[in-house]
Amino acid sequence: MTQSSAAGTASAKNTKYLDKAGRPLVAVTGIGVVTSLGVGKSDNWKKLTGGISGVRRISRFPTEALKTTIAGTVDDVYQDYMAPAKLSECIALLAGEEAIAQSGIGSKGRFPGPLCLAPPPLELEWPSRFKMAEMAAGNAPAGYPDLLRVARNFGQKFGAFRFGIIGERLAEHFGTEGSPISLNTACASGATAIQLGLEAIRRGECEAVLAIGADGSVTPEALVRFSLLSALSTQNEPPQQASKPFSKNRDGFVMAEGAGALVLESLAHARARGARVLGIIEGCGEKSDSFHRTRSSPDGKPIIACMRNALADAGVGPDEVDYINAHGTSTPENDKMEHFGVAAVFGERAPRIPISSNKSMIGHTLTAAGAVEAAFTLLTLEHQRIPPTINYNVPDPAIVLDVVPNAARDARVHRAISNSFGFGGQNVCVVMAREPA
Amino acid sequence: MSQRREVWITGVGLITCLGEGLDATRDFFACGAPPPYDDKSFAPYIVHTLPPINFDKQIPKKGDQRQMEMWQRIGVYAAGLALGDAALAGKPDLLDHTDMIVAAIGGERDIPVDTAILAGVRAAEKPGAFLNERLMNDLRPTLFLAQLPNLMAGNISLVHGVVGSSRTFLGEESAGVDAVRVAQARVAAGQSEVTLVGGASHGARWDHLLDFELGGALLKEKFAPVWDRGPEGGIAYGSLGAFLVLESADHARARGARPRARLNAVASDRNKRQPGDIEMTLGRLWQTTAAQVDGGHAAVISGATGLEPATSAERHALTQFGLPVRGSGTYIGHGIEAQFPANLAIATIVLEHGKLFAPLGSGDGGKNPEPLDQIVVTGVGAWRGEGLALVERIH
Repeated sequence: MTQSSAAGTASAKNTKYLDKAGRPLVAVTGIGVVTSLGVGKSDNWKKLTGGISGVRRISRFPTEALKTTIAGTVDDVYQDYMAPAKLSECIALLAGEEAIAQSGIGSKGRFPGPLCLAPPPLELEWPSRFKMAEMAAGNAPAGYPDLLRVARNFGQKFGAFRFGIIGERLAEHFGTEGSPISLNTACASGATAIQLGLEAIRRGECEAVLAIGADGSVTPEALVRFSLLSALSTQNEPPQQASKPFSKNRDGFVMAEGAGALVLESLAHARARGARVLGIIEGCGEKSDSFHRTRSSPDGKPIIACMRNALADAGVGPDEVDYINAHGTSTPENDKMEHFGVAAVFGERAPRIPISSNKSMIGHTLTAAGAVEAAFTLLTLEHQRIPPTINYNVPDPAIVLDVVPNAARDARVHRAISNSFGFGGQNVCVVMAREPA
Repeated sequence: MSQRREVWITGVGLITCLGEGLDATRDFFACGAPPPYDDKSFAPYIVHTLPPINFDKQIPKKGDQRQMEMWQRIGVYAAGLALGDAALAGKPDLLDHTDMIVAAIGGERDIPVDTAILAGVRAAEKPGAFLNERLMNDLRPTLFLAQLPNLMAGNISLVHGVVGSSRTFLGEESAGVDAVRVAQARVAAGQSEVTLVGGASHGARWDHLLDFELGGALLKEKFAPVWDRGPEGGIAYGSLGAFLVLESADHARARGARPRARLNAVASDRNKRQPGDIEMTLGRLWQTTAAQVDGGHAAVISGATGLEPATSAERHALTQFGLPVRGSGTYIGHGIEAQFPANLAIATIVLEHGKLFAPLGSGDGGKNPEPLDQIVVTGVGAWRGEGLALVERIH
């Protein structure tokens, strides 16, 4: 189906399906997750609330000469040599299938709405460059002009490096409508995918959206790049204890892979077909930072504005939030600034609102993080149980928050906010709640 | 939300091989000169390179320039031109709620480092360890930031202060089409008052050329208009930057900004690219728009890439529109993600001056309508995705 900016099918007019601003309420009717903890939300939830870490020693390539030798790799899916494009596609597919199956929406190979996808940035990989160099020059040195000479016959016609390729294949597989959107807002990408879907349903362009974040890009060069920015934890032993958000001895994030998928649907549409509503996406907020390429503004303004924008979009006040799903990367900078922002937005209540970081167990799933963590936040709402922040053994006295240390906790959670703050100053927060009574 | 608002183009920033800015582009077209292309620097491949640009004019801090690779500099520069044209530049109160959607590729590499690794790995005892060691020692930390797709937008926030929101779309030509479609839809629906949208490409690089040559997509040896490159033809990679400021008419009026044109509609879709698919999809997109088009006063600016079979299929589909056609890629090359925004920019220029550029090649045709009130811009991706927009003169 053609997508047009001039379209606009009015959603149900029944006011119980509209939010306070008169816009269609948007429900989640399907959730899918793949992380280093496993494939599927049942396995993931069990381990996540059991405080189990998926971070491990990297086994898929040599780690000699690297400062960081651990990652939250999805080894259940990875096989032989899989380029990031292929692995990301595979885990996106698994997460998407799980979400669609739970939702029961559409029919096989026909999803009644568009795809919003957050894939990792793709490039030609070193193994391909090496092979082309050998093809071009044998044992003699080869440069780029030599690679170009043999490129046409290299047999990677629709190369795994084209940014649109994962979206294109998923659109074909799931039979989504219109042009699939592939987007990148760095570590906020998964949240942006949800936000684009929310906005499209609110505009009345569609009744449903498949929102997926997927990242399977643990490669030597990706690891080195983050390493050179001093962003990664180098506490390789034991791997499970490297990611320690909000701890005084936190020393960087752990790179990880994963995929999260949500079926977003207007509440009217979900109700009309008798679908089970897993939660409501009440609002999204974003605010860019113009301070620095990798650091957030020291006054915390963009982070604060981002959370406030999300709450305003949801039409709720800070007092109505029961849980914060932290960005909580375990970098010295992020956790400090996130605490600062939470303290400013939630005021006196800040130290008492439970806030936990899924990244303590699954690492930082990068472009997938916003979607994976939204999925976990929805599971938190569903099970009324908050996953912990593990490895919290040396509290940072400067961070006065209830980080749900080390063990999951049963709690009454009606509404939660999930934070995503990215390199390049791109911040997105998502407010989710249990279905309205 | 169902109330649709009028969306104006209140700012345009364009740099191509034809020159910098709207006047230079108009003047180039007015003089009827042949397309400028470079068949030497990257022989046998043909590229369209930019004239020298004084980046200081839009990116005053050298430190900022050093943190960017060329594709980002081009984009940040063009974005600055658009913000200046829209009279938003340097106005923090307006930029604070100015949204942004950038269509980007990324991935400019350190070619000397790559070349040294390719040479050294042959003799390495442990190739994996050799790769790790060289990357750890030789990659510049800042290069990563110059490679990340979202860092063009990040740099626009840093340099120009656009901080309402920031989204980057990926995926070749479709990224450019959908960036504009979503930006237009958000403004029309009241989700945004003013949005900066566009992209940039930098074709004069071996690494980017390699990506496209893997698909056999590059034009080699002999230049020809996009329509006449034949089955062995392809794209002539163009370096260009193109940004538009889309704004609700009310917001523009309230701040006294004048519209250059109206962006009436944008539509996009995809298909499996079986024979006949492009014609069918483009035909359907046209049907969503045709009723609003006055055939006697409209023309098509096509983003045909020069790669077959997509180019011939588009040409065939366009005959159904019954409008004069011009393929801009012959002149400015193909800028992938940035091509659709660039053609919207060119459509704006053409509407303001009432003159289409000279036809070149067998797919161009039709007389210049008098007066010229509407331009249909098409964007058919080299390997996937179709898009169409309607730009209108505001009387």
